[in-house]
This record gives sequence, C-alpha cells and structure tokens, in this order.
Amino acid sequence: MNYELVCGLETHVELSTKTKIFCSCSTKFGGEPNTHCCPICIGLPGTLPKLNKAVVEYAVMAGLATNCKISPVSKMDRKNYVYPDLSKAYQISQYDMPLCRNGWVELSSGRRIRLNRIHIEEDAGKLVHDRGNTFVDYNRGGVPLIEIVTEPDLRSIAEVQEYVEKLQMILRYIGVSDCKMQEGSLRCDVNVSVRPAGQEPFGTRAEIKNMNSFAHMAKAIEYEYDRQVDLLMSGEKVVQETRRYDESSGCTEGMRGKEDADDYRYFREPDLVTILVSDEMRETIQKRMPEDPQKRIQRFLSEYQLPEADARLLIEHRRIADYFEAAAKGTKNPRTAANCILGQIFARLGTEAEKEQFNVTVSPENLHALILLLDTGKIRMNLVKSTLEKMLDSGKPASDFLSEKDLAGISADDLKAICEKAISDNERAAADYRAGKEKALKAILGSVMKATRGRANPQETEKLLADIIRR
Amino acid sequence: MEQYSLILKLGKLLRSGEISCTELTQKFLSAAEKENKRLNAFVKLTPETALKTAAEVDRKLAAKEELPPLAGIPMTLKDNISTNGMETTCCSKILKGYVPIYDATVWKILKEQHAVLLGKANMDEFAMGSSCETSCFGGAKNPHNTQRVAGGSSGGAACAVAGNLAAFSLGSDTGGSIRQPASFCGIVGLKPTYGAVSRYGLIAYASSFDQIGPLTQSVADSALVYDAIAKYDPMDSTSSKKALPAFSSLGKDIRGIKIGVPKEYLEGIREDVKSALQSALKVYESLGAEIVEFSMPSIKYSLPVYYILACAEASSNLGRYDGIRYGYRTDHYADRNEMICKTRSEGFGAEVKRRILLGTYVLSSGYYDAFYKKAQNLRGTLIKAFEDAFAHCDVIAAPTVPMTAFPLNFTARDAVETYLTDICTVPVNIAGLPGISVPCGFGSDSMPVGLQLIGARFSEPALLNTAFQYEQAARSDVFRAVETGVAL
Repeated sequence: MNYELVCGLETHVELSTKTKIFCSCSTKFGGEPNTHCCPICIGLPGTLPKLNKAVVEYAVMAGLATNCKISPVSKMDRKNYVYPDLSKAYQISQYDMPLCRNGWVELSSGRRIRLNRIHIEEDAGKLVHDRGNTFVDYNRGGVPLIEIVTEPDLRSIAEVQEYVEKLQMILRYIGVSDCKMQEGSLRCDVNVSVRPAGQEPFGTRAEIKNMNSFAHMAKAIEYEYDRQVDLLMSGEKVVQETRRYDESSGCTEGMRGKEDADDYRYFREPDLVTILVSDEMRETIQKRMPEDPQKRIQRFLSEYQLPEADARLLIEHRRIADYFEAAAKGTKNPRTAANCILGQIFARLGTEAEKEQFNVTVSPENLHALILLLDTGKIRMNLVKSTLEKMLDSGKPASDFLSEKDLAGISADDLKAICEKAISDNERAAADYRAGKEKALKAILGSVMKATRGRANPQETEKLLADIIRR
Repeated sequence: MEQYSLILKLGKLLRSGEISCTELTQKFLSAAEKENKRLNAFVKLTPETALKTAAEVDRKLAAKEELPPLAGIPMTLKDNISTNGMETTCCSKILKGYVPIYDATVWKILKEQHAVLLGKANMDEFAMGSSCETSCFGGAKNPHNTQRVAGGSSGGAACAVAGNLAAFSLGSDTGGSIRQPASFCGIVGLKPTYGAVSRYGLIAYASSFDQIGPLTQSVADSALVYDAIAKYDPMDSTSSKKALPAFSSLGKDIRGIKIGVPKEYLEGIREDVKSALQSALKVYESLGAEIVEFSMPSIKYSLPVYYILACAEASSNLGRYDGIRYGYRTDHYADRNEMICKTRSEGFGAEVKRRILLGTYVLSSGYYDAFYKKAQNLRGTLIKAFEDAFAHCDVIAAPTVPMTAFPLNFTARDAVETYLTDICTVPVNIAGLPGISVPCGFGSDSMPVGLQLIGARFSEPALLNTAFQYEQAARSDVFRAVETGVAL
C-alpha cells in the first residue's frame, strides 16, 4: 500500500525588536551570560510584565504578510510548567485568543498552506552544562517570539522545506526577524502523520520537537515517515506523542509517555490587560509594511523592464531591492543599475550572508549619479564599468575618477571641425559615400571616434558626417 | 480635619521644631524595640535607614524647605513590599535571605516623600491567612489584648499602628488583609480600588485581587497616605489614571446620601457585631443619610469564587520559588528535581501548601471548566451585582468581619471555618472595589468592631468622606487608644 505523508508545522520565530517582550533589556544574541537581564526578565518576586508595543506591531506585520486576520481583541495567558530556564515557572503566551488567525503562505506550485494562527509569547533562558555543573543563562529569557502554526497541509519534505524558506523570506523581508536557524531564531516543531493514499481521515500524529536545520528536519521527517509506515504495515498503531530527533543516529525517539502528559494549566495572565488592535492601528501598520515581494517582482518587470530572473535575484533580499530602486529610480538605464548590482557588486559578495548584509562601499546615491552620467551621454558604457570598479575599491563618488575632459563632452563646433578633418583625411571613402555606398561612412565615423576617444555620440556623428559630405 | 490625624499632628510638631525628626524616630524605634517582644509587629527593624532619613528631614526642616505631608513620619511596610537592599520575606521560610535589588513603586514614592521606614511588618505567610499566625516568625498579637490575634494577613502592620509603634503602615489586601486586621485592632484600613495603587514590587499572592493600601489611626490619615500612593505607574499594566485625591474631599456634607445595606452581609454575624453596626447606621441617619436595605443574592458565591480564583493565581505566582535563584534551598538532594521538591516542601508552610494544591487542582485539565471557569463567570455576576447596587445607593455598609479578634491559635483548628470569616471582605476584592474599615465600637468581649464601607470603583474621595463624617460624629464612643507605645 502507498502511504501519503502529512505534515503540519509549528514555527517559533524570534522577533528582532530592540528590547524584550516585557522589559527594556536588549534582545541581542550572545553576550556574557545573564548580562541582558533585569528584575523583570529574571522574574524576581513582585515584578510585573509590561507588554512591548513593538512586539504586537511586528506580530501584526507577520500576520498581514501571511494573509492572516488580525484579532481586534486578544489577550495573554500563562502556560505553567517548571523548568530552571523559566524564571517565573510560567511562560506568558497566548492560548485561546491569538493575535492572528486564518492566514496562508503560497508555494510555487500555487498550493496554499493554511496558517491556523500566529501568537506572541516570551522565550525561555537556557541551561549551560559545564564540567558536571549546570548553569542558567537568562539572556534569552523574555526575547519575543511568534509561533506560526499551519494546518496539516504539507505533503512532502520538499513542501516543508519550501514552506519554511518562504516563511523565512517573508519575515526577513518585512524586517520582523532574521530567521537564522543556526542561531535558533527560527525553530520548528514538525507534526508528522501518514495515511493510505486516497484516504480522507488523517492518521495519528507524532510531534518532533525543536528542529533547527533543514538537513535534520528532512532526515527526521523521512525517518518518522518510515517508522509510522512500518508500524501500520505490521498492523500496529502509531501513538500520539512528542518525539526527539537524535542527530547522531538520525532517528526519532519518544520523549515521554502518555501518563505524564503535560498539563500547562493555562489561565489568563492577570498582570496584563487586553490587547486591542484597532482598525486604525492595523491600517497604519499595513501602510508602513514594505511592498509584498511577489508584487514587487511584477512591478520591477513593468516599471524597470528587467528580465524576470534579474528581478528575482534583486528581490531576494529587501536591502538589495531597496538599493536597486534608490539607484535606478528616475534614470533612463535601470537595467544598467541592475547589471551593476548583479554583476560587479555581487562579484564582491561571496556568501549569501554577505548579500543579506549588503554592506557596499558605494552608496545607492553614488550609483544613481553614475547612471545619470550615462543617461545624459556624458560617459559611455565602457567608462561606467571601469569607474564603478574604482568606486567600489575606494567608496568615492564617480566624479573623483572622471577627468574634466572625460566629462566635458564635445562642443558642436569641435565635433564639426573633427568631422571635417576626418572627411578630408578619408577623401576616397567620402567619394564612395557620395556614389551611394552607405557603408563607406563607417570608416570615417571610426576615425572620428578615435579622435574623440569614444566621447562622441555615434548616431549624431553619423548624421553630421552625412550632412557635411552632401553639402 | 486635623482633629484625629496623627500624621498632621506629627507634621506640625516637626515643622514647629517642637521635636526633631531624629528624636521622633528614636522614640518610635525604642518603643518598637521594647514592645515588639510582646506584640511581634515587626519582623525586622531598620534603625539605620530610619535615622538616616530622619537626619535628612531635619536638615531640610532647618533649611525651611517645603516638605510633603508624609515627610518625617515614622511608618512600616508589610514584608511583602519589596525594599531594595532590605530583606523581604513575605514571612515565609522559602524567602529567607532574599534581598530585593529594586524598590516597589509605593516604597519609591514614600522614599521621595521622606517617610521614615522603621521596619518591615509581620504578616501571614505570602498574605495567606486571617490571623498573622501563618507567619514563619510567629503571629503579631493584638495590642488591645495580647491573648487575641492582630488579624491577618497584614497583622503586623495593624498591630504597629494600633500599638502606637508607627504612625501608619502600608499593607496589602487580597481578600480582606487590610480591613480585617484594622477591624480587629480598632484602627482604619483602606483597600483602594483595584488599579489605584501600583502593585509593582508587591510580592504577588493573587494578582487580580491584590491591592496595597494604608492602615492608620484615623480616616484623614488614610486619605493622606492614599493621596500619596494612588498614582498611575507605567510599570504596572493594571494601574489606572482614574484615581482622584481624597483628602480634599473630607468634610463635605453627606446629607441625602444613600447608604445601602445588603441583608446577605448580616447573615451569620455575631449579635454584638450586628448591634455595633446598627448603632453606626443610626449615627449616619442622624447625619442625614438615608439607609436602604436591599438584597444581593450573588454575595453567597463570594467565598468559593474567591478561594478558587485566588488560589489558582497563587499556585502560578508561587511556582517560581524553587531554590534555584534566591531564598531558601534544602541542604541535601540528589538531583535537580529532588532539590526543587524538598525546597518547596520545607520552605512553604501548611496554609500556603493547601492553597497551592487547591489552585493547581482547579486549573487542571478536566477540572478547569467545573471550577476556574465557573468561578470566573460568577466573578462577572458579582461585578454586575455591585454595579446595579451602586445605581441605587452611594455607599454600601456592612460589618468588616462577622466577629471580633480571634483568640490565639484559633484559626489553626479548622481551615474552612477560618475561610468563612472572610465572607464580608472578599466581595470587594472580587469586584475590584474600594473598601474601608473604620472602628465602630466594641463587642461583648470589649474587643474592637469594624464598620466596612464599600464604594463604586474610584469613588475613594466620597467613600473616605463618608467614613470621615462618621468618625467625626462617633470617634469618642467607638475608638479606644492603646496605652502602650509612643505617647504624644
């Protein structure tokens, strides 16, 4: 029998707000243990949480970018459990009234992966084991998270991977998270079940916790699929449980039995008030949101006449797309701006991380100025390339590398004199042209270009030469 | 206004130079030291801080600086109010040795006013109790009769004020913890509207019920302290900007106001307490107030609603005491789980454990709907019932406690019996209303009886004035000063 894989994802994403969700401590990754802490985020007796408004705004942005309905009224709840990295013995989260509901993320196939909800919550600290001792570092405690929960809509490992990549792209694009799996700012719990192909009802699912790399996630799902199919084929049942992926063996293993299943004793957080998102607030956030990347690609095609492949490359990172627009806007040569970025500038950015950072010595204004010189005919394409190289090396504007002579252009009188001289130097070619040999003009044009070191406009010059010869 | 106000009287003495703040502080400190062996009002005296503040006040007085009303006034804080650099234990073994690294907002305010902190006041462990006897330091005694309890949970705070060992105290009231000991000790205790006073730094028992308030010898003093501490605080999301100053409202005519008396509050009340209440109502009639009897049937849900919801919140609030970061840690353990279990088993007292277990139970899956959710719904019903009541009357009058102060060790006998004595005080906390207890005479055992007045949310100015008018009319008949402590 053929079995179909069914996956649902719960993705935890750290928001990149400057401060934590309930206090004003820094959210910076790393730092000496317990240096980004205060009485509130280490949960000292008597302290109270104070909801960071930016967290709500970031989460609303994430919701809007994934087509969610934003709840006008939501609240925070306490999820009670005991673990040393949780300083209050409860996590402040959202239980039955999440901030965002019913969204979707579209895959390249056109399939929409439905999102059940997005809610906000606080991260816990972490345990550090050192020479037989265990220490707690609360720097991460209180860092804001959103949890994005899909419906069980994913049907293959490739879809899971594409979904997470898409999510990463969207969230990075709107600037709410850097979504770095290796640093733990994006972590996934994967719910896996299998069902006979063609069967409607879902099978019993197992949840694999805390996946922090694509490779592990793929292996874990593959293993879990095989395990469940084997169980069913041999007439056994899949048990609903939480499982852990063991990186060394490549297997998943059950974390706890049903008898000690968690009871988080959720109840409303009495220290915080109801969260209200007014229509006005939602619209203000909507207006501030960067353009949807899919729509932006379409606009790049129509507005700048870029090839689709180029547009996609530019859009991938919002910084690059913004840089391109700043350089290309209002010029007659947007494609040159794109080529400069995708060619010469990309050549200097080795890794994807560097592209994402996009620390470029040339400001978009300076690139814009260079393109304008091309637009107005002050310089030609060959000079654009070499000048940009010098600009990239030094960070200085184009004007530093172009001589007076390069930029001066050629006056009409000078050009006329040069043309007249070129005709008299090439009497035969002029005679051939008079006799009707159109091509003969090219030879004369060549010597004009040589004499002007390429600064003359070929079309104009050709016209001028023809006029002089005919006279 | 000034007739019965100890704070204004002390302020005058200080400003006139009749006594220096240092002298005054020393008087209180030595009285506290002497009397504390007998009364156990303080769990810690802080003479250094007190004398330092006093010296500063003296400097300012000498320089003729303008000082706020509470400057130089000797006072105490209940030991669940966080004081930076001073041990704050909630009178629990589990917090022994815990020294906060920040100040509660109320203490910050009082510090800015140069109030003189004499020490931290005794209380029931984590504010859970009605006698102060669940304190790990032993209970505070009643200054009127040391064979009786001071009440709880703010027993030490009430005892210090009634025993003339402090001019005022800040206590906290979750189900009656300010009003009940005030009633037992024959003083005034105000539980402000939920949200009027910042809870930041108050070690939580039940977050949606807890409120800090004053215990004083007179209504005017409560108004003065209330005015100082009822400030919006951005550190407490549940704090409000709606609180209005109360002191300036004292003295307004109360002719024509309607005082509602729900008959449910009179059921099961000891006869001598009932007759003290009735005399108080007569005084109000003589002042031109109209007494309206009515019925609030939902009052009967108050106790279960309170004990379910407060214990649920407590079970969560007290989860953090695990011996890992601060406070008590058991000596011997094999692993982390055993360490946490033994620390909590040894660190918490029986009453606290009982409430943690009860609270954990009512939140557990399978029981949540039957208990927590139902209680939450009934809380809504009670809030609505009070709103309806205040559509028909200005103030509600009731006993504060159905009896006078318990004999020592009375509450340990039967937990449920003790819970039942909270019947008159918990409705106010459930509905987030302001409530005040003022002395209204004595029981057949000659122990003080308290009259409770309840107002609509943020009606403190009118509520305190209603209490003030009664005090003006009846003080000499209903208030008895204790002979011990500082005589001024």
